[in-house]
Amino acid sequence: MSTMIAPMPSSALDQDWSKVLRWGLICGGVLIALCLVGMPVELDRREIIERYLSLGYVSVLLIPIVLGRIAATQVVLEGFESRKQGLFDLVTGLLVGLLGGGCLSLLMVALDSWNLRDPLVNWSPKLFRFLTYENGMGFGAGAWIATCAVLSMVGAASHVVPAIVRRVSGTVVLSLLSLSVLEGAVEDLSEGFRLDWLTDLIYAKKGGLTLTSTIVVGAVIGLVAVFTSGRVKAVTNRYRDLDGVERQKASMILFAVVAGLCIVLPMFLGKIMNELLANVGLFLLLALGLNIVVGLAGLLDLGYVAFFAVGGYTTAVLTSPNSPFFAPELHFGIALIFVVIFATIVGLVIGAPVIRMRGDYLAIVTLGFGEIIRLLFMSDWLGPYFGGAQGITNVPGVDLGFATVKGTDPRSVFYLVLFFCVIAIYVSWRLQASRLGRAWMAIREDEQVAEAMGINTVSAKLMAFVVGAVLAAFSGAVLVAKVGSVFPTSFMILISIIILVVVIVGGMGNIAGVMVGSFVLIGVLGGPKQPGLLQEFQNFKLLIYGMLLVFMMLKRPEGLVPSARRSRELHQDEFLQDAWLKGDKPGADDEDADTVDVGARGGEEE
Amino acid sequence: MSLLEIKDLKITFGGLDALSGLNFHIDEGEIVSVIGPNGAGKTTFFNAISGLVAPTEGDIEFEGDSILGLDPSTVTSLGIARTFQNVRLFPNMTVLENVMVAQHCRTSQLIYGALLQTKAFKREEREIRERAEEVLAFFGHRLVGYRMDQPAFVLSYANRRRLEVARAMATQPRLLLLDEPVAGMNPIETAELTALIGRLRSEWGFTIVMIEHDMKVVRDVSDRVVVLDHGIPIAQGSYDEVSTDPNVIEAYLGRPVEANG
Repeated sequence: MSTMIAPMPSSALDQDWSKVLRWGLICGGVLIALCLVGMPVELDRREIIERYLSLGYVSVLLIPIVLGRIAATQVVLEGFESRKQGLFDLVTGLLVGLLGGGCLSLLMVALDSWNLRDPLVNWSPKLFRFLTYENGMGFGAGAWIATCAVLSMVGAASHVVPAIVRRVSGTVVLSLLSLSVLEGAVEDLSEGFRLDWLTDLIYAKKGGLTLTSTIVVGAVIGLVAVFTSGRVKAVTNRYRDLDGVERQKASMILFAVVAGLCIVLPMFLGKIMNELLANVGLFLLLALGLNIVVGLAGLLDLGYVAFFAVGGYTTAVLTSPNSPFFAPELHFGIALIFVVIFATIVGLVIGAPVIRMRGDYLAIVTLGFGEIIRLLFMSDWLGPYFGGAQGITNVPGVDLGFATVKGTDPRSVFYLVLFFCVIAIYVSWRLQASRLGRAWMAIREDEQVAEAMGINTVSAKLMAFVVGAVLAAFSGAVLVAKVGSVFPTSFMILISIIILVVVIVGGMGNIAGVMVGSFVLIGVLGGPKQPGLLQEFQNFKLLIYGMLLVFMMLKRPEGLVPSARRSRELHQDEFLQDAWLKGDKPGADDEDADTVDVGARGGEEE
Repeated sequence: MSLLEIKDLKITFGGLDALSGLNFHIDEGEIVSVIGPNGAGKTTFFNAISGLVAPTEGDIEFEGDSILGLDPSTVTSLGIARTFQNVRLFPNMTVLENVMVAQHCRTSQLIYGALLQTKAFKREEREIRERAEEVLAFFGHRLVGYRMDQPAFVLSYANRRRLEVARAMATQPRLLLLDEPVAGMNPIETAELTALIGRLRSEWGFTIVMIEHDMKVVRDVSDRVVVLDHGIPIAQGSYDEVSTDPNVIEAYLGRPVEANG
């Protein structure tokens, strides 16, 4: 076994110029795009460190760091001895930054000379002032080129410095950033625990950390990071290595902790945070339902919002005194029974004709049905029954006897949502390990074979559709009770898409993944209309959703918290290799050549 | 009355007769091999029986009733199971799950039982599992133990073929259709599976129809051989009869030179 030596650069200036040029231009392009999207100017109002740094600048400054780091990443080839990273990579980073900063300067020149405000809304003097620090062109250009170069070099340096330095500094920067960005949430939380004096100390009056607190908190976090370095990783690794019963036990404990937090935490949270949690719960409920349809049975349903609407309208009609045609003013609990019934019926009615289609066709047809349902509720034809565009208002809250759940009391809404989420989690969990769940998986894997193995695919798929529909309808019912009214515009196609993104980003087919996904996307970024923790990003939410989706598809298609099965599926080759290394290899079977052949995978390549 | 009765079966794809004028019957407890050159219509014949392809003309009767026009799943639930020529397992389900899911048509629990974890549900789950383990144990040590919890795609080629047979067995059929069960296996594995095919009849009571190219296997296990060529049955009978039939030799080796001119 001879290891070959990769071609070494003779000096730090002997760069791979095409690579430098490529990443430099990417850096510049991203910077310009970001500016023209309007993100930095809009986020400039939000202070990170009082008077010194705003979120707008952070959003721009992060780019050269990240791209510098990527550009200086060394491609390690199997069998080649890799080069030690050092000055060479710093120069790569520096050049990338210079190019990026240069592009940004060009933008400044352009901003100064022409007015392209007509197609580009954010082409404004404001942007120019932001970029030049109101100090004139020359200063601005110079400053940006220098800053980008330095930051890009810092990004590249992350490959060079010892791991501990990288980890600690990364932790400090990220936690300071999140501490500052999540100021609202932190303040809300500390108020609940009567720790407001602490937050008053850390945060400036107008928002953002004060300079002193940045230094102090940063130092504290740094110290903590130094002492705990490696421990977190060790714990997660140990969890990963657990198997069978022990792993189940550990998961149970983890689940219990999360459940406990869900019950206790809202008591200490203020209105805004509880509202946010309730929204997360509503979307989690939807995502859990869609996870059964898409993740388990493999039916790509893009019109899932239809069932959400059915749940909402059923509740509104049955409980509201303002229902235009028929207003029995039932109790929420009784209305819920009808919600289940109607969701089942609509699930069957939509499902029966479309369920025989496969893959893309199913997606397109369900997309259509999702819109049809919304348009029906909106139409003049059904207006007399469902109120048309005026919707149905004055939906009462949920009277539980000892308390009333309504929108003005988000905490109670959260508990109601939690109740339904627990039901949904239980349903998903039990069905996964049942005869029906296995049939769904078989259909997802190979529908024709599933049918040949005696599974009535039509009825199994319909059942997946109906279970998903009922869970979505629950979510709709709670939403209406929370908001107190229902309008067709609450059920835009966007919701279907966002729930699908939640499921994909979280981890398809995995309950924990869906939970993390809905928390990260809906909780942090915010739902289609609901604000998240990062309220500042409100206008750029969809952009970020899209970027996140693309990134995940490229880099981590199994989602944030993948199910073991799904990650096996997507990384079959690595899994096979692992299985081989663990000893399940030729000769492990006593007498014959039971080879694990990677090549012949006939059946799976349908 | 024979178990399976094929009457004047004809299947046409566009202008091509994949099968035509096929008439034969399979009695309970027989092992019948279907042989013929590539493209002779053997797999189409299987697809027709299992309901994946609709015949153009003719009839297929299973236990005296026509099974034409039934869904593949209904056919399976009546007691006809099959394997596929190009091994089609559920690759990301575990070995055990592959066999468990095949008992779908023999079990009945739905949402309600699973959610409430009723006694009936738990009993049925236990039975499904036990039956799956029993079926897997039929193949000796190869598919049991730690292998049961591995995804099917990890298995070696021979084991995938075995698992396909196991999955078909788990549907509790009366008639088992095996599409080239030993293709791609080495001589030792082939001999082993040949013996197992015999045991499938003697111990499990299956009637078996098998498509096979390996003449040694065909000779060793089959009671009767049907030869197809270009969709037309050209010979039927015991292996010895068929192997000396001039039509069969011609189909495999081609016509003598003088007749070609």
